Amino acid sequence: MARIELDLAHAYRPDPKQDSDYALLPLKMTFEDGGAYALLGPSGCGKTTLLNLMSGLVTPSQGHVHFDGKNVTGATPQQRNIAQVFQFPVIYDTMTVAENLAFPLRNRKMPADQIKKRVGEIAEMLEMSGQLNQRAAGLAADAKQKISLGRGLVRPDVSAVLFDEPLTVIDPHLKWQLRRKLKQIHHELKLTLIYVTHDQVEALTFADQVVVMTRGRAVQTGSAADLFERPSHTFVGHFIGSPGMNFLPGHADDGGFHTAGFTLPMPAGRTPVVGECKLGVRPEYVSLAAADSAGALPMTITQVQDVGTHVIVSATRESHTIKARLSAIPGNLVAGDRVWLQLMGEHTCFYQNEEILA
Amino acid sequence: MSTTTKPVNQKAWFLILPVLLCVAFSAILPLMVVVNYSVQDIISPERRVFVGTEWFAAVMRDEELHSALLRQIIFSFSVLAVELPLGILLALSMPAQGWKSSAVLVIVSLSLLIPWNVVGTIWQIFGRTDIGLMGAALLGLGIDYNYTGNATHAWLTVLLMDVWHWTPLVALLGYAGLRSIPDAYYQAASIDGASKLDVFRYVQLPKMRGVLMIAVLLRFMDSFMIYTEPFVVTGGGPGNSTTFLSQFLTQKAVGQFDLGPAAAFSLIYFLIILLMCFILYNWMQRVGTQTKEGGHE
Repeated sequence: MARIELDLAHAYRPDPKQDSDYALLPLKMTFEDGGAYALLGPSGCGKTTLLNLMSGLVTPSQGHVHFDGKNVTGATPQQRNIAQVFQFPVIYDTMTVAENLAFPLRNRKMPADQIKKRVGEIAEMLEMSGQLNQRAAGLAADAKQKISLGRGLVRPDVSAVLFDEPLTVIDPHLKWQLRRKLKQIHHELKLTLIYVTHDQVEALTFADQVVVMTRGRAVQTGSAADLFERPSHTFVGHFIGSPGMNFLPGHADDGGFHTAGFTLPMPAGRTPVVGECKLGVRPEYVSLAAADSAGALPMTITQVQDVGTHVIVSATRESHTIKARLSAIPGNLVAGDRVWLQLMGEHTCFYQNEEILA
Repeated sequence: MSTTTKPVNQKAWFLILPVLLCVAFSAILPLMVVVNYSVQDIISPERRVFVGTEWFAAVMRDEELHSALLRQIIFSFSVLAVELPLGILLALSMPAQGWKSSAVLVIVSLSLLIPWNVVGTIWQIFGRTDIGLMGAALLGLGIDYNYTGNATHAWLTVLLMDVWHWTPLVALLGYAGLRSIPDAYYQAASIDGASKLDVFRYVQLPKMRGVLMIAVLLRFMDSFMIYTEPFVVTGGGPGNSTTFLSQFLTQKAVGQFDLGPAAAFSLIYFLIILLMCFILYNWMQRVGTQTKEGGHE
């Protein structure tokens, strides 16, 4: 087990000149020992690159990787004692399930009786005890992926276990089960787990700390609540939540926030914001307000979507759209109605150059 | 709604007529001609006698044939024993991508593009001790090489020629198999701490099984029917040392015009190849896939 410190940048091209040449822009990050982390971001944001840099499959073009203060930048995955689970199940076709699970231990010359014990424990955790003597090649995709997971978890002294979208090939109901299993295993084994995914639900339920990435940059690291309440970058606001955060471009001064031909007074006690900026508010925190109430904006409803447990109301004003997530529609609102939506509140954030203002 | 019944039109049988005709002329009729010959003694075009299974019985007891068959089996298995490991080794050492891989692919497949009788001619000259590169070189090294007089030399020359001609096929098939293995397998193996040998044993070889099976079948069938190359190089000699089955058959059928025994033997030959392929195919399907019983110690 190890504490992983990264201070690096990576480009697959030999002579990177501009930001877009980098798969990963310079970043500094620490993964604490025994933590459960998720790297979350859209395809191509560099999360797999970051994972491969940690495991040692890729060597960073600049900077260093430290494990427990020791420089392991040039070390192989084997030397780093890393376990990694890939997107698609990797199993050794000619071996049985037990042999598959024992393979990493056998290669490390663990005594046979200890291997047997450990394999038994892991199989127990993954609920595969009954299949130990079956040939791995004949199993279903989810069983194969469980073997891959098992091979990652089987080494007791592993520095960290890295998962690269491991549940992509799994059926949704099994996905949920396996995710819970992983969480439980994290509690039992106290391993450092790092999990790459583009699915926010997966990331937020699995990890204590989520790293949100976009275009080769880690834009925010925090708990699920942090990411939800105070996204430090507009991308995080967009990406996390369904629907994502609302943004209203405008201009702020002592008088308040001016947008779409209207002025919203700043709530009392808020640090003053000055200049061009964006107002950001989560649809969950937008509510219907009485006419002319402070911090509310008059808008026209364009769409009312009933999604079962709640209602999503979309409203516009001068081509700016705001979505509100309401538990029920008071008084049968329909498209075309004029309403006042409360935008200012304690959860309202302001962004300048896509970054949050204090 | 009522259940729709399939329309029945027996005329549809006519649709398979073209295929039936093609197969009839290309396979069934020629085979039946051979069957016809195999049960008759054709003394002259006008005189023929039905002899039943006599030719089959005679052919089965033919000592010469026994030795040709034995020679053939030893040759075919030698071919497999040399070409398969060599082809896999070649495939493993071929570059995976870039212009180098294209160049190597072209160079490796060159020998496959040469017609059989030209291959024979090349090696016939190549092995000559007066003007042939290999023959003269071996002589220069003090080896008394003579493929026209020494049975072992002749046999080895034919084997070497087949290896030169056909190992690239195994290599190409193996290469295709190797390229289809996703990177994750190699990465996982490296993370699991597998040695190079382990990677070969547990990742590459199992993943190449399908293409290697094709390679084995192709090389077995082809080498079992080898004719042109040894015919051009050694003419089956010296003595009978490189007379393989097809050449033996040709001598009987065309050389001596013993159509009856030759036809009977053709059929037996056909059945032998079929049987061998069946056994090989089933064995390769099963190898490495049977469920292991018992513990996992």
